[in-house]
Amino acid sequence: MSDLTKLTVADARDALRTGDVTSVELTEACLTAIDGADALGAFVHKTPEIALEQAGAADARIKAGDAPDMCGIPMGIKDLFCTNGVASQAASRILEGFKPEYESTVTSQLFDAGAVMLGKLNMDEFAMGSSNETSCYGNAVNPWRRGNDDTLLTPGGSSGGSASAVAADLCLAATGTDTGGSIRQPAAFTGIVGIKPTYGRCSRWGVVAFASSLDQAGPMAKTVRDAAIVLRTMAGHDPKDSTSADLAVPDFEAMLTGDIRGKKIGIPAEYRMEGTPAEIEKLWADGANMLRDAGAEIVDISLPHAKYALPAYYVIAPAEASSNLARYDGVRYGHRAKLAQGDGITEMYEKTRAEGFGHEVQRRVMVGTYVLSAGFYDAYYNRARKVRTLIKKDFEDAFAAGIDAILTPATPSAAFGLGEMTEADPVQMYLNDVFTVTVNLAGLPGISVPAGIDKQGLPLGLQLIGRPWEEGDLLNTAYALENAAGFVEKPSKWW
Amino acid sequence: MLDLSYETPKPKVIAGAKHDWELVIGLEVHAQVASKAKLFSGASTKFGAEPNSNVAFVDAAMPGMLPVINEFCVEQAVRTGLGLKAQINLKSAFDRKNYFYPDLPQGYQISQLYHPIVGEGEVLVDMEPGIARLVRIERIHIEQDAGKSIHDMDPNMSFVDLNRTGVALMEIVSRPDIRGPEEAAAYVTKLRQILRYLGTCDGNMQNGNLRADVNVSICLPGQYEKYQETGDFSHLGTRCEIKNMNSMRFIQAAIDYEARRQIAIVEAGGTVDQETRLYDPDKGETRSMRSKEEAHDYRYFPDPDLLPLEIEQAWVDEIAASLPELPDAKKARFVTEFGLSEYDASVLTADTANASYFEEVANGTDGKLAANWVINELFGRLKKEDHSIEDSPVSPAQLAGIIKLIQKGDISGKIAKDLFEIVYTEGGDPARIVEDRGMKQVTDTGAIEAAVDEIIAANPAQVEKAKANPKLAGWFVGQVMKATGGKANPKAVNEIVAAKLGQ
Repeated sequence: MSDLTKLTVADARDALRTGDVTSVELTEACLTAIDGADALGAFVHKTPEIALEQAGAADARIKAGDAPDMCGIPMGIKDLFCTNGVASQAASRILEGFKPEYESTVTSQLFDAGAVMLGKLNMDEFAMGSSNETSCYGNAVNPWRRGNDDTLLTPGGSSGGSASAVAADLCLAATGTDTGGSIRQPAAFTGIVGIKPTYGRCSRWGVVAFASSLDQAGPMAKTVRDAAIVLRTMAGHDPKDSTSADLAVPDFEAMLTGDIRGKKIGIPAEYRMEGTPAEIEKLWADGANMLRDAGAEIVDISLPHAKYALPAYYVIAPAEASSNLARYDGVRYGHRAKLAQGDGITEMYEKTRAEGFGHEVQRRVMVGTYVLSAGFYDAYYNRARKVRTLIKKDFEDAFAAGIDAILTPATPSAAFGLGEMTEADPVQMYLNDVFTVTVNLAGLPGISVPAGIDKQGLPLGLQLIGRPWEEGDLLNTAYALENAAGFVEKPSKWW
Repeated sequence: MLDLSYETPKPKVIAGAKHDWELVIGLEVHAQVASKAKLFSGASTKFGAEPNSNVAFVDAAMPGMLPVINEFCVEQAVRTGLGLKAQINLKSAFDRKNYFYPDLPQGYQISQLYHPIVGEGEVLVDMEPGIARLVRIERIHIEQDAGKSIHDMDPNMSFVDLNRTGVALMEIVSRPDIRGPEEAAAYVTKLRQILRYLGTCDGNMQNGNLRADVNVSICLPGQYEKYQETGDFSHLGTRCEIKNMNSMRFIQAAIDYEARRQIAIVEAGGTVDQETRLYDPDKGETRSMRSKEEAHDYRYFPDPDLLPLEIEQAWVDEIAASLPELPDAKKARFVTEFGLSEYDASVLTADTANASYFEEVANGTDGKLAANWVINELFGRLKKEDHSIEDSPVSPAQLAGIIKLIQKGDISGKIAKDLFEIVYTEGGDPARIVEDRGMKQVTDTGAIEAAVDEIIAANPAQVEKAKANPKLAGWFVGQVMKATGGKANPKAVNEIVAAKLGQ
């Protein structure tokens, strides 16, 4: 079989089961591709020994007739997931040398199902960023380019390494995490599919925390079907995470009929923003038409508090982060600054955290500390929480009115050049999340589907937002959109 | 259930150079939940383990680790709330209290600031029979304990032990209803007694399982009453908080010192700064730990790793139904059911082991007699050998046996003490011992009469004196008792001697 790395998860699964290919062959092909793709900066810790061992074991299981869907599928794992005995740094210098003695629930479930880990993937430090430029490893690079222009582009963030690796066929699928858009935005920037499930669908146990009330893990994959397959294995109730939902996980793949006749798709007026490029507007309109042509009813809806989502998000997420990141103090693990004679505990904290955290993380820790301080708490944090409740209610009202899914652009632009935003006001960068953060604030499932190519030849994505716990239905709508959009382009290999 | 009536004690008054001053005291008691596992992890809470051996990943705040509430600890907090006649909040929530310290690995303590699990309750603090102070409880919340930092083992390094990190505490917050150092200690004593009855905290202060932060302020006589009427704290002085006291003696000494310190400041025209202070038992003084300006901004906010804690009324009712009889009720019952003095009832109900021992003895014998024997003989003897009631060599049945022999008139009180000593040291069935060793009291009046006649016959001079002075009859009684080896029934001897001497 030629070019094994280009296989989808579904095709690879079928080929593994028929014996047309072995997991070791698939894995070796991916490892070779990874070794040839250092220029993409996607993989930051390669684990070929583990991969080949897991692949061998998977082949034995397949031979024995015990082959779950993910058995033998080579994957990349975002560096935010703690993987037993393997460096897990959240792309931060402060976790230098940290190798956990435990395996996150999500990766355990994948590996128990026979999935193969090729290595750890680049990301923004502590998942804070929209361009993968805050990583301590250096940025990951988008395999897509603007036509013949060789400017390096961002794969998006924070799951930039995951997006880049999947788009460049370095792995069949990858794990991502999404706190404000960190799966959906990079998926849109790289022409792949990424789903953030309902908050509580995937366990957060063993995933380095950014903002606990918003963080969710999810798959990044080449197709909607693949996303459905991988999500099913990642999801499920975990008693070790008190916020994990005790709900059965359906066979999402079996729900992909492509039949969306009679579904009501909402188009929120508030998402039409000034300054949105015409190409994005057009993509959105095209997407609505495709869904209509597939038999869905397109309904104009209002999510009146949407415009407050971004500020609320940038209060709540840093507030939680400032507390979640307090544990990185140099006392027990990771980086500890060299101390001068006479330095005490305060100097140890200050120097360690100044050296260990990058600027964006420091900024958010300071913002978070500020909004929680006495005298500011009500004006910022409490108000943001109230806004969050209103945003959630907007969605509840829409769903109560019969809306099945909401269609929006995934991002306000196509992938931008690395370095282009670093000099800008950080708020410019935060605006990348404008279409995605509402979904996290409301705890809803959201999926990004590649739906078109802009004039420069870059992929653009559309976002579908679903009812809580109805990822199956959401994936099916996304599947219909995917079929209608017929997005088949691939980046041409330059790396 | 019936309560004993009581009067409120007078507040402690300290004479300053210019005025008399009263004290106003409120306590925050940290009681370690008697649980084998920590509040949010499965790690053991066993005291005295090797440093850092009882530490789960979540206790050490490893990346990605999450807390999961220990239901048993929640149950103990509810139980404690019910024991303090408090309101149980069916919905409560956990908040993070953020501050940096090496023995606080997460960089925050998980506590309940905004929505505690237990609301208002009360503790009746007994001062002496008939005098007690009703102290209102403001709230009880559950929270994690911190670890231990050790700074004096090495000149350049500090050591951290995380064994205690994450252990469940109940913080029991009183209103400022306590009016003197003795009352404060009595409050902690009573609280500890209730916790032990409930089994929710072992109350071991030496191991730090019960600690108190004490808030002290002073005011002029009359001001406290104004505060009570209005609820306005401005009638009271500025308070200082003395942290982390783990002995009743220190609590009293620290309050006394702190009150006098504040009086001296105010009388010299100064103002008391609101601050946190530490008590130094070696010097017998409190000193400033941090001022209001240096106070931490804890940036409390709801812990996003934990959902609000929701419990059901049916579960609370179930716990309520399983509560044991508590000290106040037991004491009142001992007074009414067994006719004990309030003092004796207090002594016997100080802990459940004493109380149930007493009840076993008293049932089927006589309450007062049983109380005397348990308090005076048994407790005295146990104390001499530093035994607790649990390892008393004399079982309740044995002590009841001794008392029954007294009641039947088989032995005298004096013989009974000898018998008690035999049972204490050698064991055995008291009735059997009396039988075997011929200790039975002689009630055969004929035999006693013979013994009296013999003594009278042998001491004619004494007989003459006794006839003139009836008080000397006691001498004859003593001689008869001696002659019968103490076995004669003293009552019978008294009567016969009196008759023979013509009295």
